Amino acid sequence: MSQLASQQQVVKKASTYRISYILSQVALYTALILGAFIFILPLLWMLSSSVKPGYQVYAVPPEWIPDYFVWDGYIQPWSQFPMGTFYKNTIILVVLNTLGTLLSSSIVAFAFARMRFRGRDLLFVVVLSTLMLPPQVTLIPTYWFFARLGWVNTLTPLWVTAFFGAPFNIFLLRQYFMTIPLEMDEAARMDGCSWFDIYWRIMIPLSAPALGVVAVFSVTHWWNEFMGPLIYLNSQENFPLSLGLALLNSRNFNNVQATFAMTSIALIPMVVIFFIAQKLYIQGLVISGVKG
Amino acid sequence: MAQNTTALSKKPRRRLSQRQIEELVAYLFISPWVIGFLIFTVGAMLFSLGLSFFDTDLLSRTRFVGPGNYIALFQDPLFIKSLWVTSYYSLAVVPLGTIIALLIALMLNQKIVFQGTFRVIYYLPALVTGAAVAVLWTWVLNPDIGLLNGALMRLGIPRASLPRWFLSETWAVPSIILMSLWGTGANMLLYLAGLQSIPTQLYDAAKIDGANSFRLFWHVTLPMLSPTIFFNVVLNIIASYQVFTQAYLLTNGGPNNATLTMVMYLFRKAFQQFYFGYASAIAWILFAIILAFTLLVIRSSDAWVYYEGSRR
Repeated sequence: MSQLASQQQVVKKASTYRISYILSQVALYTALILGAFIFILPLLWMLSSSVKPGYQVYAVPPEWIPDYFVWDGYIQPWSQFPMGTFYKNTIILVVLNTLGTLLSSSIVAFAFARMRFRGRDLLFVVVLSTLMLPPQVTLIPTYWFFARLGWVNTLTPLWVTAFFGAPFNIFLLRQYFMTIPLEMDEAARMDGCSWFDIYWRIMIPLSAPALGVVAVFSVTHWWNEFMGPLIYLNSQENFPLSLGLALLNSRNFNNVQATFAMTSIALIPMVVIFFIAQKLYIQGLVISGVKG
Repeated sequence: MAQNTTALSKKPRRRLSQRQIEELVAYLFISPWVIGFLIFTVGAMLFSLGLSFFDTDLLSRTRFVGPGNYIALFQDPLFIKSLWVTSYYSLAVVPLGTIIALLIALMLNQKIVFQGTFRVIYYLPALVTGAAVAVLWTWVLNPDIGLLNGALMRLGIPRASLPRWFLSETWAVPSIILMSLWGTGANMLLYLAGLQSIPTQLYDAAKIDGANSFRLFWHVTLPMLSPTIFFNVVLNIIASYQVFTQAYLLTNGGPNNATLTMVMYLFRKAFQQFYFGYASAIAWILFAIILAFTLLVIRSSDAWVYYEGSRR
């Protein structure tokens, strides 16, 4: 009799446990889906508004499905603004900055990770401490310096500094290089490899993931960079896409579809890169943050 | 014979040991950073510090004013306002961003279906940065035809009491905060990676000891994640004090300077009004604040950051 009662109790307990489990799952998915909805909504709205006829764009509350599709926003800005030039300038900045920081940061990081020299640890602390320095402190002298060289309103001041190594990338690459077994270097030294050979032929090929992370961060940063171009550039033919989009938004108030359309296509490369390099993103965050 | 001795005496001086070669090569390898550091960091900082004691447009007007710029700054109502605006923004965006990112990461870390899809959706807005996010949000927050007010109307809030967002002094900073929170996906990914690196044995052990899910979170998840949170909070504070692009594009510092952030004011003083000395002084105060906050968080970290394997 008592056995039966305890058995019933167990069953009862299990079923309340089940119910609470189901309830918590329902709550979890509701929160997740609701949250995802809020996060994605502005993007969907932008996409739908880029092809809506005018009267629907301004409808309150918003209408989501276009009555008919208007593709004008995707076509008209190309003749009204030098969109092609904006893209060209952005691509120049992206390529030169990424190349610059990959080459310079990796060789500096290599020396910090694999070579012995006096003052190494102290210098590395200096590298790290410059991470805390807000770029605004050095902005005005740097501007003055580049103005003296006659580089205002050219793209040069926006990429030339990338070739002097970036503290964050040096840090990230050094962390990665440290994980590669030292025996690699020693064996290569025995075989008569120079330090540059070890760097270029051994470390670089072995560090593709970390270099990929640096590249992805650099590409996304320079695709979007706004303040630097705003300060250095003043004529439209030198504008990158970020300034171009702002210009489009301020000049084109009656044609929201065009602004939305151009912003949407400007995002495509970033989304594509994210999908290709999703693992790299996460890996980069892990190298830099979780283990940092 | 004579030649021979000179060759012999020269040899020991010329040949460098392996260690010396290694050292020289290393200095050569780090030279790009050293040169850049000397010019663009040390040189520029000294120059900037010097400038902050001058009244100059860097062309014709150059007058030594001593600490005059700093004194003037603390009597400048606009600068005081920019301090408040920036601190308000930072104090809201850092904790809120951390909590939201953490919550999403915790939910995504459960055994759920479509985890990858959810992760992408939550991360997507973080890819929209710089000009694109500001352009999009000028329309999302448009008081009359914007998405947000449209949604609020659907929820039954009468048109008259809807916030005017960036057109109103009260709602302008919250507008920028909302916009920034939307892009908190990078923090989320970082926390998710941190969560996934917590060993599952810890949870199993705690469960055997009868811990419920709240205690699991409080005594296992949070301590194990605290170094990640710490690192991220420091970076977020530094970044939040430098807020510029959003304020510039969404409101241009307005209305009535309600979104005049420190960097926005610096930009205005330097590149629109050409008071480079005054602007340099702003930059140094910004630096001092960032340094103070960072050191404060680092100092406090002993109390709340748990490092596995560290001896107290």
